[in-house]
Amino acid sequence: MITQTVQETTKSPRKQGRKRSLWRRNAIRNADLYLFLLPTLIYFAVFHYAPMYGLQIAFKDFKATKGIWGSEWVGFEHFIRFFHSAQFWDILLNTVILSLESLVLGFFPPIILALMLNQVENQKFKKIVQGVTYAPHFISTVVMVSLLYCLLSTRNGIVNRIIEMLGGTAVPFMRDAEYFRGTYIVSGIWQGMGFSAIIYIAALAGISAELHEAAIIDGANKVQRIWHIDIPGILPTITILLIMRSGSIMSVGFEKVFLMQTSLNLKRSQVISTYVYQVGLVDADFSFSAAVGFFNSIVNFIMIMFVNFISGKVSETSLW
Amino acid sequence: MAIGKTKGDKIFNFINYTLLSLLALSFIYVLIFVISASFSSPTAVYSGKVVLWPVDVTLEGYERVFRESKVWIGYRNTVFYTLVGTLLSVALTTTSAYALSRKDLPGRGVVTGLLVFTMFFSGGLIPTYLIIRDLNLLDSMWAVILPSCVSMSNIIIARTFFANSIPIDLLEAAQLDGCSNSRYFFSIVLPLSQAIIAVLCLYYAVGYWNQYFNAMIYLKDREKYTLQLILREILIEAQASEAMTDNLEAAQLQEVSEVLKYALIIVASVPMLIIYPFVQKYFVKGVMIGSLKG
Repeated sequence: MITQTVQETTKSPRKQGRKRSLWRRNAIRNADLYLFLLPTLIYFAVFHYAPMYGLQIAFKDFKATKGIWGSEWVGFEHFIRFFHSAQFWDILLNTVILSLESLVLGFFPPIILALMLNQVENQKFKKIVQGVTYAPHFISTVVMVSLLYCLLSTRNGIVNRIIEMLGGTAVPFMRDAEYFRGTYIVSGIWQGMGFSAIIYIAALAGISAELHEAAIIDGANKVQRIWHIDIPGILPTITILLIMRSGSIMSVGFEKVFLMQTSLNLKRSQVISTYVYQVGLVDADFSFSAAVGFFNSIVNFIMIMFVNFISGKVSETSLW
Repeated sequence: MAIGKTKGDKIFNFINYTLLSLLALSFIYVLIFVISASFSSPTAVYSGKVVLWPVDVTLEGYERVFRESKVWIGYRNTVFYTLVGTLLSVALTTTSAYALSRKDLPGRGVVTGLLVFTMFFSGGLIPTYLIIRDLNLLDSMWAVILPSCVSMSNIIIARTFFANSIPIDLLEAAQLDGCSNSRYFFSIVLPLSQAIIAVLCLYYAVGYWNQYFNAMIYLKDREKYTLQLILREILIEAQASEAMTDNLEAAQLQEVSEVLKYALIIVASVPMLIIYPFVQKYFVKGVMIGSLKG
């Protein structure tokens, strides 16, 4: 509290000196708080900053015997090799398309679900639907993907049996490359939309009831009220979430793609993160794999900065 | 709200309730189907006779799960990882988040910035792997817990909670009485923070229970495998090869393991299914606190 008031005053030399001594007094008085921070700082130093230091192997020819520091510099050789490799465009496009489609198609269902739930007057029904739709969020990826294999099996999977009952033929969802994206995205929406809706439900609850009452007196029906009151009311929330999501256009999660990957759908399911795993840990080409990972991190970082900058200019809603 | 119910609203309500019910049913159906399949005879499951209720009720699937010793090893390990990991994670997160929530801590801006940066940029898989190797943690149980034991987003949630929910007057009064920061934290802040501690415990515990990535990358010794890793072996690798081959001989072998899979899914998810109704509100609470601008 005290520091704040000091910071707000003008910077005359005497006051600056006083600020510095206050700084030191606070540091001494709160010495034990630094101890509180210490273990966490060590964790971040070892498991986050040390790997960043290790990223230099992306520019080196890493030999385990010589270590990270001792290996020879090779400049951008690994990056050039990656950009010129036969799979480069496939992997890049797979990554971008899969995450873009997940972003665009997955963005609206939670909003729609929240708007629909908000109109439910029967509180008990609302609670049940909410509880049931959040639940899949906590299923592990492994169980989720095995459920997919079971439910979508061409032989006895329930989904294909319904398709057959309706007169169609069984679809090899988990086998053919062309179904990979659809299966990945739809199951992702199914699993995540209830939980993602929570934040919109909260935003909707914050909209003043008077607005709705006034609209009812004016004879507005539910659809009109959703369109003219609810949607404009949660627009700021929608904007912020859209910014946060679009920063991650190049980062498809490893876990689910990896579990859904088979040698037959590789054409669509090989994304940067699984490729990094494949070349790095299976083929043990450490430097090359680190270079590919580095490329991915850099693009992600630039995306987030760019999106945040743009949104700060346009809408004054930025993340920081 | 009873006034002004137009015909349009009635139609809207009808469609709204119908769609929401269908959605909820799609989740409930999957749950019932998996439970039914786990209690049905292998032949019935294999030939697709199970639609909603169990067919030829049997406990064969569960008997086989109980005979698989690796499932129990995985279970035991995962319980250990979850308990130890959650304890460590929550301890680190609450202490550091509290320190960072104090406006009178010189340097907190710099530290926060350094930690936030890790949310947007990381060294990536291979450099992290090399660090774990150089620390001699490969194939150790700590390799499953340590690499992801603190999450910056959880620190932000906790920090927001401490900054907004603990009245500043308490601190000032305690300081006047000569109470040290650590004593203040342990005897005043923590007892007032049960809600956030519950949220953190749940987030971390679910994370440890569900994760397989660290275990897959860093472990070789099967005695240390996590439940999810064992599940992946039994459930997915077999299924993936089946989806690819469709050959009859392999299919015959699979008939028996078909029921095992459903039983296994149930056994692995039972802790979650049991605690879910009780802890649901805390998950929601976490989202709410997190959505306050940190």
